[in-house]
Amino acid sequence: MQFGTRARALKAWAPLLPFAAWMLLFLGIPAVAVAIGAFEKSTGSGLTMANVNTATTGVYLLGFKNSLKMALVTSIIPGIAGTFLAYAIHTSRGTVLRRLVVTASGVLANFGGIPLAFLFIASIGAEHALVNNWLADVSVHLWPSFNLYTFSGVALVYMYFQVPLMVLVTLPAFEGLKASWHEAAENLGAHTWQYWRYIGVPVLLPSLLGSTLLLFGSALSAYATADALTAGTLALTPLQIGSFLNGNVIAGEQNVGKALALGLVLIVAVVMGLYVLLQRRASRWLH
Amino acid sequence: MRVKNSRRPGVRTASAATALVCCAATAVTSGTSPASAAANNYSTATSVAAFGGMSGLVTAAKAEGALNVITLPDNWCNYGAIISSFQKEYGIKITSENPEGSSQDEINAMVQLKGQSREPDVLDMGTPFAIKADQEHLLAPYTVSEWRDIPAAQRASDDTWWADYGGYVAIGYNSAVVKTPPTSFKDLLRPVYNHMVGINNSPTVAGAAFAAVFAAALANGGSFNNITPGINYFAKLNTEGNFVPVISGPSTVQSGATPIVIWWDYLQKSEIQAEVKTWKVVIPTDGVYASYYDQAVSANAPHPAAARLWEEYLYSAAGQNQWLQGSCRPIELSTMVANGTVDETAFKQLPSVPTGFKGYPTQTEVTNAEDVVAKDWATDVATT
Repeated sequence: MQFGTRARALKAWAPLLPFAAWMLLFLGIPAVAVAIGAFEKSTGSGLTMANVNTATTGVYLLGFKNSLKMALVTSIIPGIAGTFLAYAIHTSRGTVLRRLVVTASGVLANFGGIPLAFLFIASIGAEHALVNNWLADVSVHLWPSFNLYTFSGVALVYMYFQVPLMVLVTLPAFEGLKASWHEAAENLGAHTWQYWRYIGVPVLLPSLLGSTLLLFGSALSAYATADALTAGTLALTPLQIGSFLNGNVIAGEQNVGKALALGLVLIVAVVMGLYVLLQRRASRWLH
Repeated sequence: MRVKNSRRPGVRTASAATALVCCAATAVTSGTSPASAAANNYSTATSVAAFGGMSGLVTAAKAEGALNVITLPDNWCNYGAIISSFQKEYGIKITSENPEGSSQDEINAMVQLKGQSREPDVLDMGTPFAIKADQEHLLAPYTVSEWRDIPAAQRASDDTWWADYGGYVAIGYNSAVVKTPPTSFKDLLRPVYNHMVGINNSPTVAGAAFAAVFAAALANGGSFNNITPGINYFAKLNTEGNFVPVISGPSTVQSGATPIVIWWDYLQKSEIQAEVKTWKVVIPTDGVYASYYDQAVSANAPHPAAARLWEEYLYSAAGQNQWLQGSCRPIELSTMVANGTVDETAFKQLPSVPTGFKGYPTQTEVTNAEDVVAKDWATDVATT
């Protein structure tokens, strides 16, 4: 009997095996290698705190601050904007418009890197850039008060793919919101805000939080776009890690890069922890 | 061989690794080296004398019939034309791998493809990487016939690498947009150049951008021992609103984002001027900084005679002039000017070099300066 139960349990877990193996190979092992490397001397053998000390001071500390700020700004604002946009699409009657927006979101959410950076450079990256010229025609002068090659410029570019991403991942949650619930609430005499306060938002909140976390992760790890727009003048941790692994200018200090990577892992771990707490609190409203 | 617009280590390394895996099996059977090559042991030949003169070298190289080159973009110092001329002249088929790769990619290829017929025969790399490759015993000593025309300071003491061509940090500008031509780093601080000046990448990543900071240091009271004035200069350029911290190149020039770019003079010509006809190039009068790349032969070259013939060709007047036609300054330039073998038309098109050239920094000075740039660039030239 005992054996039978165990066999059943094994059978139940077996489909998970390929995924587990995948995670071990491409997440587990590299993460351990990074964690060990962060405490190893770059030359010779032996353990050291020097990499971590370097990674948490000066320009590298600034990198963490900027990266965290960038990830927060470009996950919370697009998180809220994307939610409202998704709701608007969900309630719109035009199926053509709806399909257009969903398809466009799918494309734009995956638009990134150098091409995205150049799209913005050509649009608003100079006094006589395409969009700046159009705006000037209607007496709107974005230039030079808004500078693309700054923190807010990079944040704006990130939002270009973050908002569609939010729409894509939250739409299914809105679909799960049954029209009959709203009708039932109205029949019982609830105002619109009461419906949202006691039914709509509590049902949606867990998936909205999860989606915003996804945005946070994607903003924290974005690389090529920021690289193209700032030529190293905006300290961001992923770019700094790149400069270490590259080994072109800063030779032989790859382990400082690993210490920086470990820092990013820790940031994500803390945010995930907060997320789990929030998620628990959010789910409780449902019961 | 070098950093162009940027350097993306992951991409290149991955492709090199894939190439290694996919073709390892065919390496043994497709080798074209005749048995006599091994018998004659051309891989230890240190000069053309080992082949009994130039005709012996040509015969041996033709017998091998093939040559592997790596990281040579067609529009970089005219390599496209050089490769086709060499093939035509000697009937030796050149396989050109990973044209956009970096110096580090060249070292990786020598290590990963060691002993295979696909290993690069000849290298064109930055000096720090040539030194590193030599330390790892990847290079064969060889002295081209024109060895004495290469300044002693610009070749390895053990003959494993030698300077090939170089250029100066230059200011390029679109004369259709920039009506007042800048001639110095000091000029670029003027309000007339507001939102105009770009560099080709972060100086913590790209060699050319790093050189731009070094040149700016020399223009502002710095020295090979002190690059900080260069960082301060860009900080000032930034606070004045003249610096555009975007990775600059032909596309940002065409879009109007960077009507002025600080970059190597030869890349200004081959990369930007080739596409923007109104592009002008000047070497700043107050910061004259130059750097050369180096040639080397792989210690395990699968085509040792063809590799040596390639080097002899590059250092012949024909090869040197082809580099010159690509706006690069060949190492024998001054000799060729003196003895009249230089291509006058190409020579006259080079931007003129102002006085005040201070020579080259040592490897230690470069390393120290790199550390300073890594620490201070993003904090001092910060965008907020």
